[in-house]
Amino acid sequence: MTVTAPSRPPSAAKRGRARPRGRQALLGWLYATPTAVFVVALFAIPLLLVVKMSVSKWPLLTGDQGLNAPDNFVKAVNHRFFTDSVVFTIKYTVLATVLLLALGLGLALLVQESSRWNNLLRASFLIPSALGLASASLLFYVLYSPYASPLAPVMDSLGFTFLGSPNAALFSTTFLIVWRYAGFYMVLMLVGLQGIPADVYEAARSDGASRWQTFRKVTLPLLRPTLALTTVLCVTGSLLAFEQFYILTKGGPDNSTITVVQLIYMVAFQGQNDLGVAAAISVIVLAALVLINALQLRAFRSEES
Amino acid sequence: MRTTLGRRTALRSLAGVMVAALTLSGAACGNDEPSGTSAAEAGPNGIDDGSELTLWTRAPLEKQAKLLVDAYNASHQNTVKLTVVPNDDYVAKVGAAAGSNGLPDLFAADIVYVPNWVSQGLFQDLSTNINGLSFKDSINKGHLSAGTVDSKPHVLPFVLDLSMLFWNKELFREAGLDPEKAPANLEEYAAAAKAVQGLKKDGVYGTAAGLNCGGCLVFTWFPSIWASGGQVMSPDGTESKLADETAQKVYSTWADLWKSGAVLPSSAGETGPTWTAAFTEGKVGLMFYPATLLSSTPFDAGVAGIPGPSGGASTFVGGDGIGVSKDSKKAAQAWNFLSWMMSEEAQVEVLAKNKDVVSRSDLANNKYAAEDPRLVTINEVAGKGDTPVALNFQQAFNAPNSPWLTLIRNQVLNGGGDLQKDNGEITAVLKQ
Repeated sequence: MTVTAPSRPPSAAKRGRARPRGRQALLGWLYATPTAVFVVALFAIPLLLVVKMSVSKWPLLTGDQGLNAPDNFVKAVNHRFFTDSVVFTIKYTVLATVLLLALGLGLALLVQESSRWNNLLRASFLIPSALGLASASLLFYVLYSPYASPLAPVMDSLGFTFLGSPNAALFSTTFLIVWRYAGFYMVLMLVGLQGIPADVYEAARSDGASRWQTFRKVTLPLLRPTLALTTVLCVTGSLLAFEQFYILTKGGPDNSTITVVQLIYMVAFQGQNDLGVAAAISVIVLAALVLINALQLRAFRSEES
Repeated sequence: MRTTLGRRTALRSLAGVMVAALTLSGAACGNDEPSGTSAAEAGPNGIDDGSELTLWTRAPLEKQAKLLVDAYNASHQNTVKLTVVPNDDYVAKVGAAAGSNGLPDLFAADIVYVPNWVSQGLFQDLSTNINGLSFKDSINKGHLSAGTVDSKPHVLPFVLDLSMLFWNKELFREAGLDPEKAPANLEEYAAAAKAVQGLKKDGVYGTAAGLNCGGCLVFTWFPSIWASGGQVMSPDGTESKLADETAQKVYSTWADLWKSGAVLPSSAGETGPTWTAAFTEGKVGLMFYPATLLSSTPFDAGVAGIPGPSGGASTFVGGDGIGVSKDSKKAAQAWNFLSWMMSEEAQVEVLAKNKDVVSRSDLANNKYAAEDPRLVTINEVAGKGDTPVALNFQQAFNAPNSPWLTLIRNQVLNGGGDLQKDNGEITAVLKQ
């Protein structure tokens, strides 16, 4: 006490001792207030507003027109692109997650060994992460454009465009995402790898384990917390994909690359202009995300214990 | 002592936070009625008292909007502050502002959205002012009627954008075509495109179109249907007629052009931002092109109305209408801008001088039009053009996932599809 607050007058100390719990609780609340205010203002209130929107007739241009539950949810599920967008989003998520995690881990293993080119490699893998996703998408928009791209002659001679067919558009966009995020996942994996004590590897080596065996039996199990974190991040991020498709494909060609979030944006601002239905899809997505994340975390935890 | 002080401070700051939160929410919910002089009370010219007005427009009309605003600011005490919003974000921005009562004093809207926005009450009623204009009958009919609800006009034409047939005279000459003569019908159009393509010049193509851009296609292909006497929708805008015979001929001509390789390849994925770029750079023989770009087309280009399968000429009278927003408290000052905008001074000395189309037919034969016969052509075709009116126009045609786009892509690029079914989808959206 004297160390932490040497100048405190005895009277205050006495009062403090008389009701230490209440005072500390109040102080605690006080410290938590700024965060609480932000959480309430920036998370809880918007969330409640979205829920309210989802059960109200709420056109973009005229605002709240009163409750109409559950019309919006019926309309959302019956929307002509709802099923397509869910299927496409899942397809994209699986593709992006597998590629990003495999590549992130591979790159991390590559730069983990200290070598001469180590720093250069790390930096060059990480640099794309410094670019905002929208800027990166714009960069690739030009790169993929059959008109303005430096690769235009190549596309011309091969009779192929990067965004011209549904599959090409999906793979081109996934390539952008891998380019943009591989470095980020590499760093996360690297942190995980460096958290594995060296003596475990030493023991494995003295037992005569091959490289592959070491990786399978030592690295992967000990990397589980990191894998859990990266999977959750990657799956959540991919399910909420928007910018890259909005900028590169606008859902095309022929409505083949509409993600769920794009559908929300389209319903809200591009034509239907119905915030109620858009909010209903948002609520569905939110529920799905909570469920998926809970399942993922549980899966990783149960294997651990 | 100190603890009580500390606690009091704590309470006080808590109270402060709550007061701030209350004020914020109060401000957010505050529903201010427009005050100040209304446009109708202000007289024919409005009020020019040094107020600051805000004006929003979308990026494609930035050049014209800037010219108008600069000219107004230079000659008036009021100042107009212009905000240019990217085309794709415009509806979202206006929608968000309308919901929170934060619309600017003046805002322009794509003329095809105007019927919907007026009926949603985003614009103030300007009937007293507009009906008081001596030249009311010569204001572009398409724009004026798009903004008229219950026979009350709410919106004036801001910038007229007409779709015209543009051709590159240089490329025409090289391909052995008459550079002074426009293709008279869609067949000749296709033949000309193939002739330019036949030059086999590197990076040069016969024609181009925004084949993944609903708005571009509406703008450039509807006139082809009108020119041959066809209709695109029922007059009330609730039934699509885009599976009719004339429309089918338009699709088959373009499908044939696409198959022959005379269409710029990037057209297939073109969502709008660069749909005119290749022509502007002189790499496309001929295309249906916006007349607003006449002044920024650097080479010698010919201009004519858009022909249909059996000839004729028409145009899509597009562009933006402008009105006073429901949230404006300076309606009288805003009307000052609008009345100036419709004056001969603004129409001729700003718009016509920049080779833009004037929105008053009585000013069509001005001195600048006399200097460039292409402007006379554009002004003439403007009279034959049309502005389609439908409440759900955006969702049916302009949206990136619109059924209209599906129909076109099936007919032109993917070879087939069920035309009647695709057309039925458009009708279903129009009827909503």
